[in-house]
Amino acid sequence: MVSQIVKSEPNYQAAFRSLRDTAEAPAWVQLVRDTAMDRFELLGFPSIESEDWKYTNLASWAKTNFKPATRELSFASDPVKTPVFAETTQSQLVVVNGFLREDLSSKDALDQIVAVDLFSAIGDARYGKIVREYLARNANYHDSGMVALNTAFLSSGLFILLPRNVELAQPIHVLYVADGLRDDEVNFPRLLIVAEENSSASLIETFISTGDAPHFTDAVAEIVLNDGARLEHYRVQREGSNSLHIGKTAAELGKGSNYDSTAINLGARLSRHDVSVVLDHEGAECRVDGLYIVSSDQHADTHSVIDHKQPHCISHQLYKGILDGNGRAVFNGIIFVREGAQKTDAIQTNKNLLLSDRARVDTKPQLEIYADDVKCAHGAAVGQINEDELFYLTTRGIEPSVGRNLLTYGFAEEVIGKIKVDSIRTAVDEAVLRQLKTVLIS
Amino acid sequence: MLEIKNLHAGIDGKDILKGINLTINKGEVHAIMGPNGSGKSTLAKVLAGHPQYQVTAGEVLYKGKNLLELAPHERALEGVFMAFQYPIEVPGVSNAQFLRLAYNEKQKHLGKDELDPLEFKDLLKERAKVVEMDASFMTRSVNEGFSGGEKKRNEILQMAVLEPQLGVLDETDSGLDIDALRVVAGGVNQLRTPENAIIVVTHYQRLLNYIVPDFVHVLANGRIAREGGKELALELEEKGYDWIRAEQNGSGVSAIAK
Repeated sequence: MVSQIVKSEPNYQAAFRSLRDTAEAPAWVQLVRDTAMDRFELLGFPSIESEDWKYTNLASWAKTNFKPATRELSFASDPVKTPVFAETTQSQLVVVNGFLREDLSSKDALDQIVAVDLFSAIGDARYGKIVREYLARNANYHDSGMVALNTAFLSSGLFILLPRNVELAQPIHVLYVADGLRDDEVNFPRLLIVAEENSSASLIETFISTGDAPHFTDAVAEIVLNDGARLEHYRVQREGSNSLHIGKTAAELGKGSNYDSTAINLGARLSRHDVSVVLDHEGAECRVDGLYIVSSDQHADTHSVIDHKQPHCISHQLYKGILDGNGRAVFNGIIFVREGAQKTDAIQTNKNLLLSDRARVDTKPQLEIYADDVKCAHGAAVGQINEDELFYLTTRGIEPSVGRNLLTYGFAEEVIGKIKVDSIRTAVDEAVLRQLKTVLIS
Repeated sequence: MLEIKNLHAGIDGKDILKGINLTINKGEVHAIMGPNGSGKSTLAKVLAGHPQYQVTAGEVLYKGKNLLELAPHERALEGVFMAFQYPIEVPGVSNAQFLRLAYNEKQKHLGKDELDPLEFKDLLKERAKVVEMDASFMTRSVNEGFSGGEKKRNEILQMAVLEPQLGVLDETDSGLDIDALRVVAGGVNQLRTPENAIIVVTHYQRLLNYIVPDFVHVLANGRIAREGGKELALELEEKGYDWIRAEQNGSGVSAIAK
């Protein structure tokens, strides 16, 4: 395939040189960053010529002169000291413009685990080896210009280690705050979480902006679950209305491990989330759910790759989308069942609700199966508000406009209802209702 | 309370109701019976305001006002309630949420206080006794995964919460076993007052053993072919509907012959 390269602007190179001079790193990290920058130079921003970016056009963003943001927020920004969720008052990590800010974080409930600056962990004798083993292993920067750019600018980020057998009671909340008051800044959040054997935790990632200035978030999260580890993962993207949000979540699942993830995509002008899960050992299980809501002038793209490499693994996926105005969404999901991955149980479903004639969704669920004893199903649906359901509600005295909102909310609830942490579920509920401009009817 | 005059209505250009006349006063229970395709469900749907049905002639006065001018939700707010033959499933919306929203819309309309979730829970618990429904149904999505009988009970629960002045039960007995029928009918009887009226649309006489009507109207070919008291239902049970159709056809023929 011919791929047209959108040449990166020279400011990335200048910024990269300056980073190289200031954020000194061990030789192997420097090599990773240099290689990643080379790859970005070559790949640039993805273009619509590439099959994976057919419906998502970054051309105008590629031309913008984004400058890397600093660890300080603009003067007018809220310092974000207040914990967001009741369950995470003692377990909230604040990452400002990609930099872990210990001064804004509350770690009292995290003493059983490690939660430190990723860049510092590289040079730390206790964690250096494990970081080296897993960093940039699952988020491949050789093929993705956006992952390459994030990797090249590695200078802070967050490293979480769940030690063997530790079952963390409090959910961990990672709050990524992007400065949304200064124009044309880019930030590079990076997370590496390694769950050792039989550990378990809940992780919430929330992405917000302090304002609606145009900015660019290029985020990467790598998740490693060793044998028997369990992770419940919520990713909530609520950035400002003029941001470009590009995220990559890459998970690797050990034997008998369990990865349960829900991605809620509400914010940004243009967002793209790539999620990949590799089931590389027997008996691994994952649920990879998501919800995207796009209003007018928003565009949300989800690409998912679930790779069954070994037998007896389970993956269940449900992504739902609600589109209003001239909003656009893309869902592209592929499930690979490799040779020998017998007894695979894989289901993938994508359902979309169009609230307007001008909204558009492009959905493409795919299955590639190279094993013969498997249970696999996939499907996609695009529909509108069901008139029979609406009539039923109106015969109970509910106005049609309220009825539509109620049905839309009900559509989203299939995903939201599965969120196990109460205050996240409530927060997502409220955010969804706000987006639907309706009232909470508890 | 309700006056139906020469009502003609249909769906997709096909005439189904061909001149219905019916007067219902408060405190009365009327049974609308008739064979399949006679138009009895159409009548119920037209009263509720189903958008797929068109009224082509005639009028319906409800409490002296033109009912047909009102949107479905306005009819409901004015006290008209239809229990569906096939209640719709509403995934993701809990029964309690749905009922509270509907209840509060009505309270607002009547200029009364709305109830918060806790207050409403108490009211719901009380009303649920009418149809012997337990609390677990309140947190479940509306009708989702409910059995046929549970759906019908849920319809009557809604009626109990919304306290309509005119209740229209569209084949509420269909798909019910005898125990469920008894519960549902018992619920309806508890909701009968001298101030409200109920229309029971049914194919079979069975339900009318439990909900005893004051009047029975038999529909055939979109018209009321026979009217009488509750004993008419028993006669139909015994003789079936064919004789009514034959009678109607016969009189039609003789009318033309004249």
